[in-house]
Amino acid sequence: MSFFKKLKDKINTQTDQASEKFKDGLTKTRDSFTTKMNDLVAQYRTVDEEFFEELEEILISADVGVQTVMDLIEELEMEVKRQNIKDTEKVKEVISEKLVDIYYNEDEESIEELNLVENDLSIILVVGVNGVGKTTSIGKLAHQLKQDGKKVMLAAGDTFRAGAIDQLSVWGERAGVDVIKHSEGSDPAAVIYDGIKAAKSRGADVLLCDTAGRLQNKVNLMKELSKVKKVIEREVPDAPHETLLVLDATTGQNAMSQAKIFKEATDVSGIVLTKLDGTARGGIVLAIRNELGIPVKYVGLGEQVNDLQQFNAHQFVYGLFGDLMVEHNEDDS
Amino acid sequence: MAFEGLADRLQGTIKKITGKGKVTEADVKEMTREVRLALLEADVNFKVVKDLIKRIKERAVGQEVMDSLTPGQQVIKVVKEELTELMGGEQSKIEVNNKPPTVIMMVGLQGAGKTTTTGKLANHLRKQHNRKPLLVAADVYRPAAIDQLQTLGKQLDLPVFSKGTEANPVDIANEAIKQAKEDHQDYVIIDTAGRLHVDENLMGELQQIKSDVNPSEILLVVDSMTGQDAVNVAESFDEQLDISGVVLTKLDGDTRGGAALSIRAVTGKPIKFAGMGEKLDQLEAFHPDRMASRILGMGDVFSLIEKAEAEVDEEKAKEMQNKMKSMSFTFEDFLEQMDQVKNMGPIDELMNMMPGSGKMKGMKNMQVDDKQLSHVEAIIQSMTKKERVEPSVINASRKKRIAQGSGTSVAQVNRLLKQFEEMKKMMKQMTNQKKGKKGGMNFPFM
Repeated sequence: MSFFKKLKDKINTQTDQASEKFKDGLTKTRDSFTTKMNDLVAQYRTVDEEFFEELEEILISADVGVQTVMDLIEELEMEVKRQNIKDTEKVKEVISEKLVDIYYNEDEESIEELNLVENDLSIILVVGVNGVGKTTSIGKLAHQLKQDGKKVMLAAGDTFRAGAIDQLSVWGERAGVDVIKHSEGSDPAAVIYDGIKAAKSRGADVLLCDTAGRLQNKVNLMKELSKVKKVIEREVPDAPHETLLVLDATTGQNAMSQAKIFKEATDVSGIVLTKLDGTARGGIVLAIRNELGIPVKYVGLGEQVNDLQQFNAHQFVYGLFGDLMVEHNEDDS
Repeated sequence: MAFEGLADRLQGTIKKITGKGKVTEADVKEMTREVRLALLEADVNFKVVKDLIKRIKERAVGQEVMDSLTPGQQVIKVVKEELTELMGGEQSKIEVNNKPPTVIMMVGLQGAGKTTTTGKLANHLRKQHNRKPLLVAADVYRPAAIDQLQTLGKQLDLPVFSKGTEANPVDIANEAIKQAKEDHQDYVIIDTAGRLHVDENLMGELQQIKSDVNPSEILLVVDSMTGQDAVNVAESFDEQLDISGVVLTKLDGDTRGGAALSIRAVTGKPIKFAGMGEKLDQLEAFHPDRMASRILGMGDVFSLIEKAEAEVDEEKAKEMQNKMKSMSFTFEDFLEQMDQVKNMGPIDELMNMMPGSGKMKGMKNMQVDDKQLSHVEAIIQSMTKKERVEPSVINASRKKRIAQGSGTSVAQVNRLLKQFEEMKKMMKQMTNQKKGKKGGMNFPFM
């Protein structure tokens, strides 16, 4: 069975609404990428240096990252030589296969579930630079977890930005969950501490902790974040059960630096990739997964509460290269 | 920093072609490949890079190598000139309407920093023109966006016009202008909701506001960390709204900021301001030449010299050198120096530019925190005039007073005093060494 068939079969078994939504959200992303790939294949009859150069540009335009692209091209060139591929049509499949390889191994689960403990309090710490959508993601996540029947609470740990506490409170109201807050300018670690106390005494299942956005090169602010994490560790063994780094899909190569430094400070366990409903492709998550081993757990595909979707690696790849696969399946028959 | 600077990348190549009198085509090809990678790693859009490389190639081949430069540096020079030209000149003026009020519209994607920038810009206008701008809360979509602007208004003591989240943003804008006219406001800044450039409805709303209020400025606020997509965003906003300028935010981060170049290339509109921190006074004029260096990650003496030349007042520097030689360098001078250094950009960027600092033991992981610098500043500012000129008079009780006044500890004050003495000694040695060498760098502390 061809690689694409396998992938397609996997996706066909997941024909729920979420899957459709996911594909819809990625339409723009997919369109531009696939169009470019097809143009490329049409333009070049033979696989030569120029072909690879062009391919390189297409990949770079998705923010995949220069180093990843260079490695990939090198591998491709070898593969093409080994299999003696001359036809650009054929090279398409090899390309997609290699791209998928970067993100996951075939036997791996395509969905990374949130790590939540049963019948006890789970704590999720949410971190990231300014303006990536931390508070919004928390609001959406709170709503979904509540729909799943969990008792959810929020801790308003962004005590710095004007209006951040109000913003989280609005989300709390929308989702119908309690928000623990102090006044603006107070110590974030203290807010989180109170949040944990309240979550314990009210018997909450999940506590989502918001934090202020901070640029990863601000040493003191990163230390503050480590302190917040220590408070959580001290109060609840094994917590935080998840530390989610929120990344903006429009961010370029700096996302790698964000992932590295936030991982050092807070041991990030998963990524929420937001704003994927625009034309940005967020290709840098491939490199982050590859280099740092941090999986994407959720993607933001729009402004509505339900637009935060569990990340599905198969679907992500399908979203990016779906049209290529369909063509290949037709070729097979 | 996650990426090597261009200078590191080019080192090997430069070595190969040093000592040649002319830059050959092969040299340029090799060099431009590295330049291309550096630009791509800095998030400059690949199409922009392509055009740029083409021009650089054309210009660089066959050039005579200047006496003072190696062929490698010669190519860097061409690259930098091209970049600087593309970035355009400095242009941080706000277009003022003949008939007040001057209306400024802030637009951009979600999370770019529009509301914060609105506050910063208002603060800037008040400082520069001594006028109180009216802030207009037209973001009715994001929860608490209005609260955020109101909080900023309170902090700045500026009026905020809002009609809650139920009103239509176009109506809000219109009514705000009406009120501004009645109140004889000079400036109105409209904070609009973040939106995707492909969202037709919301982009239509902005067009409606534009045609109703006829703004003098439409500023596109862009996150400096934006990747390849920056061209799509900038192009779309510009096509639909004909923006008048750009504000680049979060430049105090460690991003190379290649987006700046992409935006310039596709819109041709000036980048007017740069957001350099979370505080409301951290909006600065945008310096295209510095940005060019930053994008290239030119960690070399060459750019440092340029920076130093541009920033340090020639005469003052001479005066300073004399002072150092004669050991009459005081804390007053030190403060002045610090100001000049700070004007050159984030201090860790500067450290990266010092030759060999990447290789020096201990320096690599050294994180220079701007906060430490402000401690030093506070300590010096808590000294009396006499103490600054004659630190030897600082006894235990004076130290205690200085520590209290600056919110630091006596130990910190002691450390600074000791460091200062050592520095003076070192400076003397350094300036003596330099004697006889012509055209030494007029940049103390190195």
